[in-house]
Amino acid sequence: MSNLTSVIVAVVTCLNVLACGWLIWWTARKRPHESAVGEVTDHVWDGDLRERNNPMPRWWLGLFFLSMVFCFAYFLLYPALGHFGGVLGWSEARQYQGEVSQAQRQYGPMYAAFAGRSVPELAKDPKALALGRSLFVNNCIQCHGSDARGGPGFPNLTDDDWLYGGEPQTIVQTITHGREGVMPAWGAVIGAQGVDEVAAYVESLSGRTVPAAAVAAGKERFTLCIGCHGADGKGNPLVGAPNLTDDIWLYGGSDASIHKSIAEGRHGKMPAWEWLGEDRIRLLAAYVYSLSQPH
Amino acid sequence: MSHEVVERKLGVLTILILLVISVGGLIEIVPLMIGAAAKQGNVKIVPRTALQQEGFDIYVREGCYLCHSQQIRPFRSETERYGPYSVAAESQYDHPFQFGSKRTGPDLARVGGRYSDDWHRIHLNNPRDVVPESNMPGFPWLAKAPIDGELTQRKLRVLRMLGTPYTDADIAGAPEAVKGQTELDALIAYLQALGTDKSRGTWSEAP
Repeated sequence: MSNLTSVIVAVVTCLNVLACGWLIWWTARKRPHESAVGEVTDHVWDGDLRERNNPMPRWWLGLFFLSMVFCFAYFLLYPALGHFGGVLGWSEARQYQGEVSQAQRQYGPMYAAFAGRSVPELAKDPKALALGRSLFVNNCIQCHGSDARGGPGFPNLTDDDWLYGGEPQTIVQTITHGREGVMPAWGAVIGAQGVDEVAAYVESLSGRTVPAAAVAAGKERFTLCIGCHGADGKGNPLVGAPNLTDDIWLYGGSDASIHKSIAEGRHGKMPAWEWLGEDRIRLLAAYVYSLSQPH
Repeated sequence: MSHEVVERKLGVLTILILLVISVGGLIEIVPLMIGAAAKQGNVKIVPRTALQQEGFDIYVREGCYLCHSQQIRPFRSETERYGPYSVAAESQYDHPFQFGSKRTGPDLARVGGRYSDDWHRIHLNNPRDVVPESNMPGFPWLAKAPIDGELTQRKLRVLRMLGTPYTDADIAGAPEAVKGQTELDALIAYLQALGTDKSRGTWSEAP
């Protein structure tokens, strides 16, 4: 807004209020030939409908003028007239900053009490856990569920099975920077029969009963998989490759789902939560860590 | 002129009403238009890609704005939950804008990157598969609906007329960019870009 526009806007705003005042005065003033208060006027509608001269009560009229006074007081105090920011210096951004620093004073000491303490230590502190839980409920339950047991494609955080490792520092790392786990699609490489065989072998690793011939053939083919899942199928936390021997299945343990994982691959992604800030992330990590600890 | 004249002569009343409304409109709207550039500050917003723009149109078509706002207000209670508050410039390429006025669901102004593409895929198909408590409807038809690339190109052309700085290359490449993609892909691409503009700063340094 240029200075000229600013001045025009300010002047017109004030004129507007004054004009309202004038309009009220103009309509309320006494006119010649006006009938006395309470008497019938000469307005007649539909032949017999008459109107009496009943002016607005004084106190009501007074309120109108009072609201004009309020207007000018507001114009003076708050940003209302063009560029003029008001003598209070109020702004939306400043009000927000005030709110934030007020919260900083109030909650800062609360977070400070947890600073410098290790995640396992925090995981034993009920206060830290309560905070961690509320952070979890706000940010994590959409994928991991309100009971933290996850769902197909979203890890269960309450068991002792970790894709990337369950050490406190690793959990902090996972929350801060996120994770991306990619299982390539093998369907085109090994064919439908190959997928059947590998699925049979993988299921046998978790102790399921599957035809021995298919298991043997699948074991041969499993050389393709050991790069990530290891020769013993116990996985590799460095690349987030799941342990295939514990009968815990990220994408569901049905035969169909295991076939799908092998044939079409999987792409799991944990978003990065760095913007939560270090303090919150440590509290979150403590809560998540506590979930899998024996009570 | 007496009040009676104004009340009895319809023509005079009409002219006076028009006069009052025009003056009010001029004074209230024109300065905002003049000041628009200044209010956007130094935030530079990158126009949406062709696929994201298609996603935006699906967002509007399905009425997502009826339950989701895209306007984080400058209150701590909101920035704590959603991230830095919204600024005017962020909506400059939205036609129509998606501020919304009701939050049956959460605000989506900063939803980009919060969840994985897979999560959105499951969630849009049937929200209860990932959030059992959710009362959001499912949108299973999106995964089966292809996008018409010709239409995408025409849309970008119109948006350029309205001020979105698409280049000739953007417009020429639009059909290719959305080729083979479903409406679900487009909507997810749009959601994942929401509020991810790096110039907006992070959680702790909200302006």
